[in-house]
Amino acid sequence: MATRNPAMKIVNWLAAGLAVLASSAPIAAQPPSLVVSVAASMHTALEELAVLYRAATGVTVSLNTGSSNTLARQIVEGARAAVFISADDRQMDVVEKAGRVVAGTRTRLLTNELAIVAPIDRAVPANLAALLEGRVTRLAMGETSSVPAGVYGRRWLEHEGAWPRLQSKVIPFPTVRAVLSAVEAGRVDAGIVYATDAREAKVRVVGRLPANEHAYLNIVQPAAVIAGPAEAEGRRFLQFLRGPEASAVFRRRGFGVER
Amino acid sequence: MSAETWAIAQFTVVMALMATALTLPFAIAAGWVLARATFPGKALLETVVSLPLVLPPVATGLLLLWLFGRRSPVGRALDAVGVEVVFTWKAVVIAMMVVSFPLVVRSVRSGIEQVDRRYEELAATLGAGRFRILRTITLPLASRGIVAGAILGFSRALGEFGATIMVAGAIPGRTQTLAVGIYTFVETGREEAAWGLLLLSALLAFGAIYLSNRLVAARA
Repeated sequence: MATRNPAMKIVNWLAAGLAVLASSAPIAAQPPSLVVSVAASMHTALEELAVLYRAATGVTVSLNTGSSNTLARQIVEGARAAVFISADDRQMDVVEKAGRVVAGTRTRLLTNELAIVAPIDRAVPANLAALLEGRVTRLAMGETSSVPAGVYGRRWLEHEGAWPRLQSKVIPFPTVRAVLSAVEAGRVDAGIVYATDAREAKVRVVGRLPANEHAYLNIVQPAAVIAGPAEAEGRRFLQFLRGPEASAVFRRRGFGVER
Repeated sequence: MSAETWAIAQFTVVMALMATALTLPFAIAAGWVLARATFPGKALLETVVSLPLVLPPVATGLLLLWLFGRRSPVGRALDAVGVEVVFTWKAVVIAMMVVSFPLVVRSVRSGIEQVDRRYEELAATLGAGRFRILRTITLPLASRGIVAGAILGFSRALGEFGATIMVAGAIPGRTQTLAVGIYTFVETGREEAAWGLLLLSALLAFGAIYLSNRLVAARA
């Protein structure tokens, strides 16, 4: 009896699995679609826009969501994304230096602001002086050399001359979402994130750094068309992202749109 | 549980099955060589085979991304014949294969090492060739190790995250697996969806381990 032998059993399962694979056509025979690599902090907005874009043009937009660093690395190595939307200029610079950006397509798609957030159930001071005062013992930030919101947060604290004193209180996280989770769970006293990220979490925004008062921060979330076979489709999608319909969606979600 | 969750689970299981099926022949060959052959540089081969076990999966993913990227000869050769790996299901399978390979090899190897060499030698004196000995004596007697290795590799493939997200991305419906899906859903604030995937992952892992225990027990 063949099935008495465990090795045969395994072979049978594998055969069954491959049969399933052969019959699951959706995986293999999907219509070609536009891949857009988008930083996690803009995912929800892009998801909404992808639906609108599909309704208008019939083109399906697939979102490859992740941290800007990973997305940039993938594109530099040749991943076939048609459009890249980064959470900061630095990662776009990386992609551009590698010669992957279609000349003239890089655009200042969105601007953003930093926000100081605190757990909902705690009355925490709102400004820098209070941060320094000592009631905040643990401050969650994105990793201050790579995560965009962390890099800008550090730049702000350095600008204010507060970094040396606060540095030891900073708990770095690999993503902004992790910062928000730590704040939501009440494991830290405060956190620094993008204002738009704060809107999507159960946290209390206790302070904002308006872009016009902190011009040196210049937080830009750029987009560009990536060189490759889908360039033309990429251009059309980026055009759509810069149009009035998309701008309204971005504004409603708290992003700054300069046009 | 939503249709989306099921689709992700189905995709992951199919990819992991495929990865296991494709890994097995290589792992059996490597396991047999390591168990039975002696040659200069064997220690080096052993180390190389075990590398994905100790490297952080993200580092493995970075290596794969480079290997299949446009800057490596392999990537360029594939480009030339029109085969795309990065950002496709092929990348998912390859990432799963690479990270599960050492686990399968280890299990196969110890299975083969436990086979009494006298049976093989006896068969040889009766005139059986090397391949026939392997097919009719060594592999059947080592089947427990091979089965255990396959299930272990399958389970590892199911949970693979670090290498996958680097080389395959997190594209819904195209490369998004259970582990990558959980990460993306948490990252984008869809915690309920993440919990659904987590539950399914736990069930699948439970099933695989339960089956492997039963198989081993049935054979003993």
